[in-house]
Amino acid sequence: MSEDDRFGLDKGIRLMGPVKLDSGAELVPVDFAYESYGALNEARDNAILICHALTGDQYVASQHPATGKPGWWLNMVGPGKPLDTDRFCVICINVLGSCMGSSGPASINPATNNPYGMAFPVITIADMVRAQAILLDHLEIERLACVIGGSMGGMQALSWASLFPDRVKSAIVIASTARHSAQNIAFHEVGRQAIMADPNWQGGDYYGSDNSPAKGLAVARMAAHITYMSEEGLTGKFGRNLQDREAKSFGFDADFQVESYLRHQGSTFVDRFDANSYLYITRAMDYFDLAEAHNGVLAKAFSGSKTRFCLISFDSDWLYPTAESRRIVHALNAAGAAASFVELSSPFGHDAFLLETPEMNRVIAGFLSAGDIG
Amino acid sequence: MTALRPDLTIIANNIQAGTRVLDVGCGDGALMAALRDEKQVDARGLEIDAANVSAAVARGLSVIQGDADTDLADYPDDSFDYAILSQTLQTTRRPDIVLEHLLRIGKEAFVSFPNFAQWRIRFAHMFGGRMPVTKQLPDRWYDTPNIHHVTIDDFRAFLKERDVVIENSWFLGGKQQATKRLANLLAAHAVFKLRKS
Repeated sequence: MSEDDRFGLDKGIRLMGPVKLDSGAELVPVDFAYESYGALNEARDNAILICHALTGDQYVASQHPATGKPGWWLNMVGPGKPLDTDRFCVICINVLGSCMGSSGPASINPATNNPYGMAFPVITIADMVRAQAILLDHLEIERLACVIGGSMGGMQALSWASLFPDRVKSAIVIASTARHSAQNIAFHEVGRQAIMADPNWQGGDYYGSDNSPAKGLAVARMAAHITYMSEEGLTGKFGRNLQDREAKSFGFDADFQVESYLRHQGSTFVDRFDANSYLYITRAMDYFDLAEAHNGVLAKAFSGSKTRFCLISFDSDWLYPTAESRRIVHALNAAGAAASFVELSSPFGHDAFLLETPEMNRVIAGFLSAGDIG
Repeated sequence: MTALRPDLTIIANNIQAGTRVLDVGCGDGALMAALRDEKQVDARGLEIDAANVSAAVARGLSVIQGDADTDLADYPDDSFDYAILSQTLQTTRRPDIVLEHLLRIGKEAFVSFPNFAQWRIRFAHMFGGRMPVTKQLPDRWYDTPNIHHVTIDDFRAFLKERDVVIENSWFLGGKQQATKRLANLLAAHAVFKLRKS
């Protein structure tokens, strides 16, 4: 398929959709930024869709254009890796509402020829998935061998299996949940308020100005980053260690290493992420409750499903704890779906899914190779 | 295929091809894999140990990490042709409730367990005066996972009390099967095929 220029690195396409949004609005046109690794076979049935997390992007296994860093899931994607690009055509699409090339609040609103800002429609996880389905139609991929994602990516994978059961042969859901809890929403609200309280936010219309709400976005990232790590992980990494000094300063500098680390996380994040995108995507996650459309009965979201599911949680993840994965597993059992679930041990909290975790790699590789049997 | 444990071989030989099976306490999935590969069985497993679950998923099986004592309640009635509990009954906190679920979830159930009244164990207990450590019960009193020791006669009485139908039973001695009458004394392991009345 090397001659097919729909596939490869750093791809972008504008499609007319439209995406029919849960809010009732329609989004048109829709821009998609995506990457693919490995060749699509003749039957076009070896595609794996990776759904990325809140601040993730399509650069799963290639260098990030803004940061220069290597792909964010390099330990998972490549020749001989669990998502083996010698066997699979691995695709990742920047989600709707994001800022790495797919339509989002920084895109140009055709009605005004200016960036959307807050005129961008509020989107949901299901909207992201419906948009991805439009791109897959364009790529002439009817059925996915697997849809996989961690965190918000797992929410998309679950939605894929629920909205398009015939298009999903298997789904891998890592460190995720079928609904946002009050605590999840609460942390996101702190982040959003930090952004909107920044005077440089300007009601979301900061794109043409010299000032953007970098401080608010950095604080949002700092608060969120705490939820991605476990207490054990933070203690192990920083303890109460002081940053480049012998004694406390009796001031408000970053005396502690953990403060310095968080400030660094915040300040580097603003170079690669748009504050309005952060508002829209966290909103989409907060609105996520897969059971809502099924009278609160999660099992009904999967009734009659032929999809094989694999769920993985981490024991130190307090953002989407194991109990949330178990809730999904119970629903899959009740629906009679083929489901596997394992809780893996890791000191790294929610972030464990992004890190090199040999046990996770082994489970995913095994689960995927089993797809060849059935 | 590697040789199955003797009780699993009996269970595998008595399962119809093409059926749906739930293996409770499936370990690394040896029985499930055999049933899938040789009898086209749609097998699902429940297993408490994460390393075992990983190993089973890595061989392509649908296995959920969970606890028979708490997680069987989530499975709908009659959702499987067979529910299997092999060498797990004696490790559960409430074997009676686990068995109730097993008979509710499966149209038929297989239960296998080590017989605590086998003569070797009686011998060790009577003359050694210590909790027996034998080939089939190799753990010591403080590290054994077996918290509800049961004998074949205990189990029969239990089934009778609850009107559970014994469709078949097998008793494993050293090498060969023991007779039904002397099973409680001679058999090291028992396998029962059950259904609710």
